[in-house]
Amino acid sequence: MKSIKSSIAFLLAGFLIVAFGDTGLAKDECLNCHQELEDELQTPALKIKNDIHFQKGLTCADCHGGDPTSDDPDISMSRAKGFRGVPSHQTVPQFCARCHSDANFMKTYNPRLPVDQYQKYKTSIHGQKIVKGDEKVANCVSCHSVHEIMPANNPKSSIYPVNLPQTCAKCHADEEYMKEYGIPTDQFSKFSVSVHGKALLEKKDIGAPACNDCHGNHGATPPGIGSISNVCEQCHVVMGELFSKSPHKPAFQEMDLPQCETCHSNHDIIPPNDDMIGVTEQSICMECHAEDEENDGYKVAAQMRMRIDSLRVRYEKAKKLLEEAEEKGMEVSDARFDLKDVYSALVATRSDIHSFSLPVVLETSNSGLELADKTMEKGKQALEEYNFRRLGLGISTLIITLLIIALYMKIKAIEREQKTS
Amino acid sequence: MATTVNSEQGSSVNRRGFLNFLLGITGLGWLASILYPVLKYLNPPELPEANISSLKVGKVDDIPYNSGQIIKFGRTPVLLIRDSEGTFKALHGVCTHLDCIVQYKPDKELVWCACHGGSYDTDGNNLSGPPPRPLEKFAVNIRDGELYVAKGEA
Amino acid sequence: MSNIGTKIYGWLDERYDLTALVEFGKKKTVPIHRESVWYYFGGLSLFLFMVQVMSGVLLLLYYRPGADQAYESVKFIVTNVEFGWLVRAIHSWSANLMIFAAFIHMFSVYFTKAYRKPRELTWITGMIMFFLAMGFGFSGYLLPWNELAFFATKVGTDIVGVVPGIGEFLMKVLRGGDDVTGATLSRFFGFHIALLPAIFSAFLGLHLMLVQKLGMSTPIEYEKADNSNLKTMPFFPNFMLRDALLWLIVLNVLAILAVFFPFGIGPLHWPLGLKADPFAPAPAGIQPEWYFMFMFQTLKMIPGKVLFIEGELLGIFAFGAAGLAWTLVPFWDKKSARGEKNKLINILGIAAIAFIILMTAIGWL
Repeated sequence: MKSIKSSIAFLLAGFLIVAFGDTGLAKDECLNCHQELEDELQTPALKIKNDIHFQKGLTCADCHGGDPTSDDPDISMSRAKGFRGVPSHQTVPQFCARCHSDANFMKTYNPRLPVDQYQKYKTSIHGQKIVKGDEKVANCVSCHSVHEIMPANNPKSSIYPVNLPQTCAKCHADEEYMKEYGIPTDQFSKFSVSVHGKALLEKKDIGAPACNDCHGNHGATPPGIGSISNVCEQCHVVMGELFSKSPHKPAFQEMDLPQCETCHSNHDIIPPNDDMIGVTEQSICMECHAEDEENDGYKVAAQMRMRIDSLRVRYEKAKKLLEEAEEKGMEVSDARFDLKDVYSALVATRSDIHSFSLPVVLETSNSGLELADKTMEKGKQALEEYNFRRLGLGISTLIITLLIIALYMKIKAIEREQKTS
Repeated sequence: MATTVNSEQGSSVNRRGFLNFLLGITGLGWLASILYPVLKYLNPPELPEANISSLKVGKVDDIPYNSGQIIKFGRTPVLLIRDSEGTFKALHGVCTHLDCIVQYKPDKELVWCACHGGSYDTDGNNLSGPPPRPLEKFAVNIRDGELYVAKGEA
Repeated sequence: MSNIGTKIYGWLDERYDLTALVEFGKKKTVPIHRESVWYYFGGLSLFLFMVQVMSGVLLLLYYRPGADQAYESVKFIVTNVEFGWLVRAIHSWSANLMIFAAFIHMFSVYFTKAYRKPRELTWITGMIMFFLAMGFGFSGYLLPWNELAFFATKVGTDIVGVVPGIGEFLMKVLRGGDDVTGATLSRFFGFHIALLPAIFSAFLGLHLMLVQKLGMSTPIEYEKADNSNLKTMPFFPNFMLRDALLWLIVLNVLAILAVFFPFGIGPLHWPLGLKADPFAPAPAGIQPEWYFMFMFQTLKMIPGKVLFIEGELLGIFAFGAAGLAWTLVPFWDKKSARGEKNKLINILGIAAIAFIILMTAIGWL
């Protein structure tokens, strides 16, 4: 019985190999042959299994040309069969663009994929330099890898948002490599401590921007001074809107200062803190507004800081009160609900700084201050209630103690009477 | 002799009387200290019941088109939206970025967080700005012209 | 005033022969000896049970069973109802003190061999009430439907499922399904406020009746001594007033505990915490209540397999057998029944206490 079963299984397996094996991989002689070779002639055949192109059914010959059905290298890799060989560093972009710039071809695979990468690349610093014969600037494979190309939404891909900064840093953080271009190489180290870098690299929040979100990818260039705020505004909508209506916008333009970057810097944007505003030494405002205390800018900076400080202090006070009440076993979750709104107002006030207009900041902070007072009131009530409980307990304990004493004396009195009688 | 016995008896009667008086008074006080909290407890609080899984918001007709309001669903703020076509939607009212309370912007017909300008569509999907996640949805039911918000998706 | 009292008494006496009862009460005495102090713990357990009934009824006014309301209603009681926090705290503290008092009552009866003839049934009804009290604790623990209770109940009912044959069925009956869900909550609510109180009341009545009928037991060594020499105290009013005195003190202690530690202290705690979420991972530090701790800890420490039997199963059987033997002690302790000293009983009792304390300590550390 057992032997019959296994022989049937054997026959079936053999049939499967005959039926499908031949039409599948076996036909691609490029792979067959290169798998048996060594080192750099073998690696493409091994790596290609992970490649999106291979997975979608493209073969070696679809990019490199030649005849994959022949196992004779002289025939399969002959110019007569259209063999294109390995493209040079300079010609890689055209090599890829054969398909990737062809909208009709691309839409048969992924209609959502853009086809303007080559166009954009030509406008990028990389693209401008490569046509001048620079062998070091990035071409397609520098970022997308060779023979192991994965789509951007594959977490293993070199261009997956979390991995992208490392990919750029391969060249841009290499001092030796970048020497002849005269640009800094500290972008990655700065980025990785920035608020964006921490969100992206540590928290793996792919909503946070990687290099390409500000610089573009295929058309990578540094944004010009005038366009910085447009770039940041893509995500920081409110700050952008507030800033463009603020007195700083024309002033910065006049002085040829970049907009967001002047205060927040570029790659090493730290999470903003309250010290950045005001008239203290750490304040950024003082870099321009320090000289004259009668100056409007100086006064507004001082007042805005004061509003934030008082709101923050009152928020913390209220929070502490509620925590104290909670520690004492009081239930203050209603007040906690309101405290959330106070926090909202504090965050919103900090955002409103970007209007650099005192009335806007006053309005937002006032609602927060009012609510903070209410919350504190609730916290105080809870603590009063706590004291009331103790007082009540004290009174009833006093009464019970008296009752206990009286009862004890009564018992003694009864027993004395029993003895005498 | 006789007189001393008498006075002793008298003082013991006095003492017994005082003891009984003390017992009575403290007994009453004790009873009061138990009855006071019990009676207070029996008196139903103003909010007659615990906020539970479903909350009655009000009459459907009272809520204007293209508007949003924050309602207290237990201790959770919920943003109730009526879009320009009259459909009701309810979303968790706390921004997924830094926990600010969100609001409805009638001019753009979007949910918007004032803190950092994150925006969501009326189904809670995060559209732009810093929010990392969509807003959680709440179910909206209409019974006899009254609007109810409940936990979980409709 | 006293005239009306006499009239009412006369009216009742005519029909129900109250005088016989009063005469009986007058004759009832309590022996006085060095062990007399233990007599108070039965009454104390009774008092705490009454506190439980009263505070439980109060909680019932606002509590709502059901997975979507239970937690919210308990939160409502604690936050919105005036003195709701006090009622819940009293109910929780009193529950723990009641079990504690019952433990002492049980062990004192055991060591003084008060269960011996003719009080076998008094002991058995007491033991049944003790198990019922644990049932009260177990079912009541789930009612706030918070995270801690949910997982403790899950673990607790899991143990039942190990019993071969009927275990699976028993667990399903307890849980009202394959898992701990809202259906379990409904059941436990029913157990806690209807089924258990009904059974408990019947046994409590029987227990108290037997105590009145047979009077207080005197330890063997005092009984053997010349009986006429043994001092006694009238139950009414002397002992009863003393009982009242103790109850007053305990009530005040309860109030102090409830005000200072409304959510318990140390391993005895019942914070409301988060609402139970069947899909949430079990939080750290899931503990049964302290009176289940020694069993829980033992089951945890028994190796997976002992000989051919599953360790947990062996543990459950061992506890079952020990509980049964303990309950039936009046029937196999022949020596005490004859009025002779039985050292074995004392050794077993001390071993049991040592085991419980040791296992509870290990569980807490």
